[in-house]
Amino acid sequence: MQTPKHGGAPTASNLHSPQPEDGQWVMPSENYDATRFSGLDQIDTQNVRNLKVAWTFSTGMTRGEEAAPLVVGSTMYIVTPYPNYLYALDLTQNGALKWVYKPGVDPSSQGVACCDVVNRGAAYSAGKLFYNTLDNYTVAVDAQTGRQVWKTQLGDINKGQTMTMVPLVVKDRVIVGNSGGEMGVRGWLTGLDAKTGKIAWRAYAAGPDSDVLIGPNFKPFYDEDRGKDLGVTSWPPGAWKIGGGGAWGWVSYDPELDLIYYGTANPGPWNPDQRPGDNKWSCTLFARRPETGEAIWAYQIGPHDDFDYDGVNENVLVDLPINGQTRKVLLHPDRDGYVYMMDRATGEVLSAEAFGYITTSTGVDKKTGRLQLVKAKSPGFGKTVRDICPASPGAKDWQPSAFSFKTGLLYIPHNNLCQEVSATAANYIAGTPYVGATVRMYAGPGGNRGEYTAWDPVAGKVVWTIKERFPVWSGTVVTTTDVAFYGTMEGWFKAVNAKTGQQLWQFKTGSGIIGQPTTYRGPDGKQYVAVLSGVGGWAGAVVAGGLDTRDGTGALGFTNAMIDLPKYTTRGGTLYVFSLP
Amino acid sequence: MKRVTKGVLACASVLVLATLASSCKRESRTLRNEPPQRGLYDAARESTNEPGGKLPKIGMPSPAEGNAYAISQGQRLFDWYNCSGCHAQGGGGMGPPLMDRRFTYGSQPANIYDTIVKGRPNGMPTWGGRIPEFQVWQLVAYVRSLSGSEPSAATPGRSDGLEKKTRAQLQ
Ligand code: HEC
Repeated sequence: MQTPKHGGAPTASNLHSPQPEDGQWVMPSENYDATRFSGLDQIDTQNVRNLKVAWTFSTGMTRGEEAAPLVVGSTMYIVTPYPNYLYALDLTQNGALKWVYKPGVDPSSQGVACCDVVNRGAAYSAGKLFYNTLDNYTVAVDAQTGRQVWKTQLGDINKGQTMTMVPLVVKDRVIVGNSGGEMGVRGWLTGLDAKTGKIAWRAYAAGPDSDVLIGPNFKPFYDEDRGKDLGVTSWPPGAWKIGGGGAWGWVSYDPELDLIYYGTANPGPWNPDQRPGDNKWSCTLFARRPETGEAIWAYQIGPHDDFDYDGVNENVLVDLPINGQTRKVLLHPDRDGYVYMMDRATGEVLSAEAFGYITTSTGVDKKTGRLQLVKAKSPGFGKTVRDICPASPGAKDWQPSAFSFKTGLLYIPHNNLCQEVSATAANYIAGTPYVGATVRMYAGPGGNRGEYTAWDPVAGKVVWTIKERFPVWSGTVVTTTDVAFYGTMEGWFKAVNAKTGQQLWQFKTGSGIIGQPTTYRGPDGKQYVAVLSGVGGWAGAVVAGGLDTRDGTGALGFTNAMIDLPKYTTRGGTLYVFSLP
Repeated sequence: MKRVTKGVLACASVLVLATLASSCKRESRTLRNEPPQRGLYDAARESTNEPGGKLPKIGMPSPAEGNAYAISQGQRLFDWYNCSGCHAQGGGGMGPPLMDRRFTYGSQPANIYDTIVKGRPNGMPTWGGRIPEFQVWQLVAYVRSLSGSEPSAATPGRSDGLEKKTRAQLQ
């Protein structure tokens, strides 16, 4: 087995330019900076039209496949939705099954997963694969043998918790977080010892500073985020204990600053009238020390979130020329419709420009850093609010973007949805939904429910956009040869020119695509592109869960926007691997 | 009968030794069982394959069946107990839809009663001991009304909320 390029601590210089390409793909976001940029150059804009299926593998599942196929040495690893099998496939044998690890997941956990029973994949480090199970365990599995090294319980389905995110392994810490913002969970991010699985620290999203791991070194950029125990005082008494703010999205890492970055999820319940206050630290970007979890800065993107705009989307770490100066920034395309460009050392918002259609806010105040909300769009008791754009899944949900060091653009797969909401009283019963909102979503302006957008982060502008019928719920990857790949919910896997957005190739897979494509160099020296097909996730729940489309409020209102999806695709998980002939 | 008595005696003698009390239960055998109980017929059947031929059905009648008040109470409770959080207004989400007639675990009142009280393995919580029995029956009646399995005369003509539609309204 080769040594992966990210097995140890990467060097600081990795961040300024693409990391040296070793042909592997060892974590879903490809690298610590989460760029999903590949230096492989065999497949280019000229020959990509010849791409053919090399081999396929059936996962045996019928739920949403959101994971990324990893490649370490000559083995590929994929994690399935519940029951969270980990398959190891032999790349020297056209993907022949090497072994399968079955963690034994409590079937009852399926009932508390808000948005299909997905899993976003495993991370490789130092001979082990780490991933989370729906019933709240983190497991470490020997990459050679498939034997379990350790298994640690982190949460409880009886409190509405599940785990669906990808761990990030930094030094000897495995960093994981929980899901369950629709179930009244208390959100957290946790660091485990990579060798033993022992819990080293836990940073809650709400509660007293000691629980949030806020100490003397905490220096938020804006006044709004300063003060003692804001995680208690910005809530009605006790509400923070069931206030959501999970960490079910992405974690990235800057080795030079020694900071991990992640965002917290929405506050609960959705009905905002039940939780007056800023509800810190929900919908917040945090920078923390990986070793101890200590908070260094925080920025609340959405104080008193009215719309379920989780702040969990990826933070892409790049160094960009801003006003003649190279700045260490993070790019965060948020659910609220803006790409936040932040100074990742200080937490200052350098710009926040709209990439989607927005009626809920007018922008971010440069002085205070506060999102300027449109009061008329706030849901609450006794009213139905219409034309809330973006809808709850945001202008962009979990589907991770990619950054090209060649074009300097960010490639964003995203949604174009609006909704209407009537608020109801949410009644907290542990282990059941805590939402208090009846929602119906529908297509945003133009009628296309999805988009794939190339974004210029320095200019803060859209360069080009491809409209798609359904939300683009898949991840994406961009190569040094200017080829960008993404999938659609109808099942098309597409290659486009990263400079122009012109479509170069497409292939119809067996089911809708919501997975994260990756590309690697096989043991035969050839470049391959891999993606999991298998519709589901929140957007695809209508098909994956066999929902009844006569009730538009199903799947937290997403059903209403996806009534026609069953006409375009059926369930079934298959891995597709493509190469040039 | 004689042999049964013998068994009991043998058991008693073991008891005298007072060391192997548990062996008493282990050794006893029932050679003739009680005649079939009503309960065997009553159990909510979840399969239509009845080995050896059909048996007469007694069923467990629902006290709320066809009762308009019970159904409207059930509708209120469906929100109150957060059933709607997982099943929406019948179209489903975290849980399966309840407005089509495809019930995995049976659509008879006794089946749905069982579903609510015992829970189901793939994520339906168990509510036994949490919801009073009369309310469970009201929920049963409301759940059945979603798929038009209750008499339409008894189902609410107008819903409480914007989005609540019964099967009767949809048709
Ligand atoms: C936490 C989510 C959740 C809550 C709350 C919940 N359910 Fe369920 N329910 C489920 C899931 C998941 C299933 C599917 C279980 C399975 O297939 O094993 C289910 C199954 C059912 C079924 C059986 C459907 C069939 O096909 O046979 C019925 C009936 C039902 N629920 C009614 C209710 C009622 C009434 C309530 C409120 C008292 C309720 N549920 C609350 C998640 C939930």
